[in-house]
Parts: sequence; structure tokens; C-alpha cells
Amino acid sequence: MALFTLQDISVAYNKQNILKDFNLEIEKGKLVSLLGPSGCGKTTTLRLIAGFLKANEGKFLFKDKDYTKVPVNKRNFGFVFQNYALFPHLSIFDNIAFGLRLRKNSKAEIEKKVMNVLEIVNLKGFEKRYPQELSGGQKQRVAIARALVIEPDILLFDEPLSNLDANLRVNMRVEIRRIQQELGITTVYVSHDQEECFSISDQVAIMNKGVIEQLSDPATIYKYPETKFVADFIGFKNFIDFDERTDTGGKIELSKSGYSFVLDKDARMFNHAGKIGAIRPDDLLIREKGDAGAVQENSLSGRVKVSTYLGRSYQYVVETPIGDFIVNKEMTESYRMGQEIILEIPRNQMVLVD
Amino acid sequence: MQEKNRGLGLFTLLVFLFLLGPLLIISVTSFEGGNILKFPPEELSLRWYENIFHVEMFLVAFKTSILVSLGGNLLALLLGVPAAYALSRVEFKGKSVINAVFVSPILVPGIVLGFAFLRYIVGTYQLPIYAALFVGHTVIMLPFIIRVISSSLSNFDFSIEEAAESLGASKLGTFFTVVLPNIKSGILAAVMIAFLESFNNVDISVYMTGPGVSTFPIQMLTYVENYFDPTISAISVLLMFITAFFMFMVERLMGLSYFTKR
Repeated sequence: MALFTLQDISVAYNKQNILKDFNLEIEKGKLVSLLGPSGCGKTTTLRLIAGFLKANEGKFLFKDKDYTKVPVNKRNFGFVFQNYALFPHLSIFDNIAFGLRLRKNSKAEIEKKVMNVLEIVNLKGFEKRYPQELSGGQKQRVAIARALVIEPDILLFDEPLSNLDANLRVNMRVEIRRIQQELGITTVYVSHDQEECFSISDQVAIMNKGVIEQLSDPATIYKYPETKFVADFIGFKNFIDFDERTDTGGKIELSKSGYSFVLDKDARMFNHAGKIGAIRPDDLLIREKGDAGAVQENSLSGRVKVSTYLGRSYQYVVETPIGDFIVNKEMTESYRMGQEIILEIPRNQMVLVD
Repeated sequence: MQEKNRGLGLFTLLVFLFLLGPLLIISVTSFEGGNILKFPPEELSLRWYENIFHVEMFLVAFKTSILVSLGGNLLALLLGVPAAYALSRVEFKGKSVINAVFVSPILVPGIVLGFAFLRYIVGTYQLPIYAALFVGHTVIMLPFIIRVISSSLSNFDFSIEEAAESLGASKLGTFFTVVLPNIKSGILAAVMIAFLESFNNVDISVYMTGPGVSTFPIQMLTYVENYFDPTISAISVLLMFITAFFMFMVERLMGLSYFTKR
């Protein structure tokens, strides 16, 4: 059963819709990421759940109760900000104790809870310091501790790692996932970093222009994007807009400008009516012209137009009669600029999207 | 820019002399031992400093000034802090107009403002002298309070307000537990600057004061009209010290950047 639900939410700002008829259900104990480019409405969604923002239309249900009009300070949701938002005039101890004092905890209880949460975020011994004396990573740990200590019903993260440097980001996201799983706390996590979201989430919602394009577990999204936007966002760089699609038995036949292709039908793609083929640069094959192993099926003759060096591999732009393709190839396989080659689309590597 | 430029150096020296010369002369004459203000002094003495504390009207006027400046300051704070907060935090239509209105007492010549007060507020509502002084001084302090506190709020990260709310604090509680403690040096600086502005004010007070009630600078004016002894130099030196001390404190609190920053 869903812990909370956003129901037909619309948010407009300056007469521009940021969210329109938006729906989202999140289950207890799960970590769900909202992922998308800037301006896709992910932060708006998060601020709406927190109560910082009011929806123009729609409902927010929490444990089946209408929470739409419940003010921020009565919600008991923890919020972790991108810029940490620690109270500069308070020590680390007092920062964390802030929410407990408002909840009229006794002195002994506060002491115990603060020390306990400091241990969870690995900051024991920092309680007397002030925010200005801490590094970015330490500040974010304090911010997490401060949100955790009130035992929130939902924990909300707004791009918590984007102000940290790359190494720290990886460590911190592991920390966040560990804490979240240890405490089993329902979490909504906003980020524009795909790797970050995929690595820590139970479910990822990919958002675009105020709409969730796809909500699934990370592996499913990675393998089976449902829309062109999602496919593009997660690295399917090549798209073919097919003219025709015919599903027969275990195969799908496709055609584009007189060239025909065959795909293996797999369970998830079965229901899919999409006619846009998407394939990653790593999954395309290049064969030398006249190569004995070259197959006729799913192949196009092409010419290497651009070749760029990526360190571990080369990236080629291959010109074919139905458009340009981006192909990544190992160092051992190299092709000259202008070389005539055969481009093959493996029958089980392409997905069809809307 | 290590090259020395004699012409520029000389020019700077002249400007300094022009600015500081009169103050220096006043300071020197305050140590005059004789009965008449003159420069250079014939004999040195501190008797005119002592005299300040024996002139009844100065003591009374000093009390009046302190009362008006502190009382007006309190009133200006009560109005100015919420106004500065709203102007920094909330977006609304006509904000720039309201901002301009609040700052306008700095832009309008004091002598004009004073006359306007006298004619339309004191005259129309028949305000007693003290009330008129309070109102007048509150108005001239308000722009300084708002400007300095706004400048302090411009460095304030409002997301910590949201953090406090998400932890369970009410809007009002957030203001007192999170906003105020973080702008307190700005408030202190605002109070001091406003105090100086009010305490040294002549052009508004001169319209408001009446029989029996006088602020300190007005009393100085009256004294100069009637007496020629160096008491007035001694008072001037004391006032300069008080002002310098306050400005020094303000500088220490938040730097003088608010004079240049919007």
C-alpha cells in the first residue's frame, strides 16, 4: 500500500504549468528518485511533498489522510537541502537538537538522541563545533542527522550531493543508501545525476516537462526505456524513426526508407506499440567491407565520417543511407576516416520506444 | 603604481587639511583657559569641559536627546525590521516603489521634511512637543534602519528558514529563533547609525522643539547665539568622539559596505 500519494496535482507559476495532472505513489520504506534535466519539475514535486509549495489543484494524501493543507511544520518530514542550510549561529549539537527541542523532548532524551544520530552519520566528537568549521561533506552529514533525529515519516533530499566534489559524492551516496536501508525510512531523492540516482534507488522516476515519463526500478529503465526522452537521457544515442512495424510470432519486422530490419521480440517489448528504434553506441557492430563473417540481415553500408578518441575507446560517426549513427569501439578495432564499412544492428540490442 | 607623484601627494594633503583643519582648530580651542573663544589659545585648561556639566540646559537637553533618540529608535526598529524583512524576502507588486518611499527621507532635504512635519502633522494634529519629536525622529531613522538591516538580510540564506520550518518551527518561531540571531550584528549596527543620525539631527528638531524642550544640538545652537566662551568647542570635541566611537563599532560589526551596497 502506498504511504503517500500525489493526486492530479497541478502547479503553475507565472501562468506557466510546472506540473500538470501529476500523479505519484510511493510505498513505505522505499527510496524513490526523481531524475530529470533542470526545469523538469522534480524539485517542485519535492517541495510540494515537503509543504513549502502549495498546489493549485490536486491532493496530497499521506497514510490516506488529506495532507494538502497541512503546513510544513506539522508534517514531520525531514528535508535535506542542496546547500545544507545549517543554522550558522548554533553548534552542531544545537543544530541537530533544534527539532527535538520543538518537540519538547527532555534534556536527557535530546542528549541521547543527538549522540545516537551523530554516530549514525559518523560525526562523533563534532557536537561542539560550528557549521563554518566543517567541510562540505561533514556539513551535509549534519544536515542529514538533523533531519533524521526527528524520526521523520518521509525523508526528502534536494540534490544533496551536487555541491560536493566527485570522490566525496560517491562516498556520500553510499552513506545515504546505508542509512536509509538501516532505518527503513521512506525517501524521495531529487537529482539530475543519472548514475547517482540509479546506484541508490529502489525506483527511479524520470521526469520531463512536469510529467513522469517512466517509473521503474533502475535495471528496467536502463534496459527497457519506454519513451524516446528516457532512452536519450540514459544514453541511447541512436534513434531510427521506422516507417512500418509488423509483429509476427517471435519477431518484429521493421522498415525504414526501403531497408528492413528484424528484432527478437522479448517479453517486455511485446506490448509496446512504439515505432522508434533506440540503440546505444556500444551495442552497434562495425564490419570491414568484404568481411566473411558479415551477415546480410540488419546491415547497412556506411562510411566513417568522424573519428574521436575517448581514452578507452574510439567513437565514430557513421554515415548510412538512413542517417548518421554514433558507434563506440574498442581500441583494438580501429577504422580510418572515410573508410567504407558495414554497420550491423544486432537483433536483440535495439529497443522500441514511443 | 609605485611611482611617486608629488603633485597628487600635495593635492591629497590639501584636501586633508581642508577636511580636518576646522576640526583640529575646534579641538585646540576647547582647551582654552580664558573666557573668550579664540585661536590659538593663550593658556591651556580643561575648565570648559568641566563647565559642560555645570550648565543646566545642556544636561536637560542631553536627557531629552537621549530619550528621543532611544525611543524613536525603538519605534523605528519595530517598524523597520519587519519592513526590511518583507522587502528582502517577499516578492510583490510595487516593491520598488515601497522601497523608494522608505528611503525617501534621506533624499528629501531635512529642512523641507521638517517644515512639512511642522505644517501638516504637528499643526494638523496638535501634537505635543515630545510626541512630535518622537515621530519626526522615527521617520528620519527608519530609512537607515531599513537600509542597514536589508543589507544584512541580503547575505542571509533563506533556506535555513525552510529548514527550521521542516523541523517543526512555526513562521513566527522561525523568525525569532533563526532569522533574528543571524542578523543581530546588522540590527546593532542599524541601531547605532540611526542613533547617530537622530542624536546629531538639527534640521528636523529645529522645527519640533519649542518652549522648554530642546534637543542637544538645538541647545548648542542657542548657546552659540548667546555666549562666546569655549564650552561649545569642548562639547563639539565630545560629540566627535561619541560619533567616531559609534562608527568604529559599526565598522567592526559589519563593515561599511552597506554605504555602497544596494
